[in-house]
Amino acid sequence: MQDGHSNEEHSHVTSYGTLVIIWLALLGLTSITVTVAGISLGMYTLFVAMFIAAVKSALVINIFMHIKFEDPIFKVFLLVSALTLLVIFVLTFVDFSFR
Amino acid sequence: MSNNHEIVVPTETHGHVHRDDVGARMGMWLFLFTELLLFGGMFLIYGVYRFQYSEEFHFAAMELNTGIGTLNTIVLLTSSLTVALSISALQKKNKFLSVVFLSLTIVFALAFMVNKFFEWSAKFSHGIYPGSEDLINKSNGEVVFFGLYYVMTGIHGLHIVIGVILLSFILVFLIRDKITPDNFVKLENAGLYWHLVDLIWIFLFPLFYLIQ
Repeated sequence: MQDGHSNEEHSHVTSYGTLVIIWLALLGLTSITVTVAGISLGMYTLFVAMFIAAVKSALVINIFMHIKFEDPIFKVFLLVSALTLLVIFVLTFVDFSFR
Repeated sequence: MSNNHEIVVPTETHGHVHRDDVGARMGMWLFLFTELLLFGGMFLIYGVYRFQYSEEFHFAAMELNTGIGTLNTIVLLTSSLTVALSISALQKKNKFLSVVFLSLTIVFALAFMVNKFFEWSAKFSHGIYPGSEDLINKSNGEVVFFGLYYVMTGIHGLHIVIGVILLSFILVFLIRDKITPDNFVKLENAGLYWHLVDLIWIFLFPLFYLIQ
């Protein structure tokens, strides 16, 4: 379609250094989540654990899965499916809470 | 007018087969979204029962080995790194390094399953397995917890096994130059699948092993 826009090439190469830094960050977050689990925070424990898991997911999706460097349409797809899942969760929990 | 129905056979006049790598990756992502819904449904069941049987879930989770869970998390995160490194290496036209990293990924995947084997064996020897007498005599919350534990880590484990098979095929393609620095979308898509398996584990790990 457009000139100079080929669907067959990938200009972006993630450097080894970036990948290793992300890996170290993921390991760091894992040790935080294991440590925090040992501290009694009551109801907050679950939310802290889920928050850390969400941060880890964002790192994996953006860098390892290359979403950061993909066409915007990929981000739209991801957003739509994430929101669908969120709506399903929210509706179910609303139903569960007010039953 | 000619009645000849000529069939136009596309010939490779300039030795170039048209590919659409972006489309291939998009298809892979669509598949991953269906996987997200599969696991999402199970996480939803987990969420509701966790609120309903809060105390039983905490009590039942004591049985799980946090150490082996943490070890498997590290193994899986590292395997995600190696598959990403394998793609970068190939992009930098270093086939040897790419093969090494991809092989390491398969080794880590197998290590994960070996750990899982020992973990499940320990549970079985303690009489905790689906339908076991010990389990049936426990409270409802604990039965639900272990049921979800076996189904969710089991289906995740099945994904690991499928991943090992998939990555092995990709490794053969890579060695036989079917995957090259100019055409590596198969490797990328296998990598995407592998990262998804890692993503699911990122949530499974705190939800099952870190409730204390």
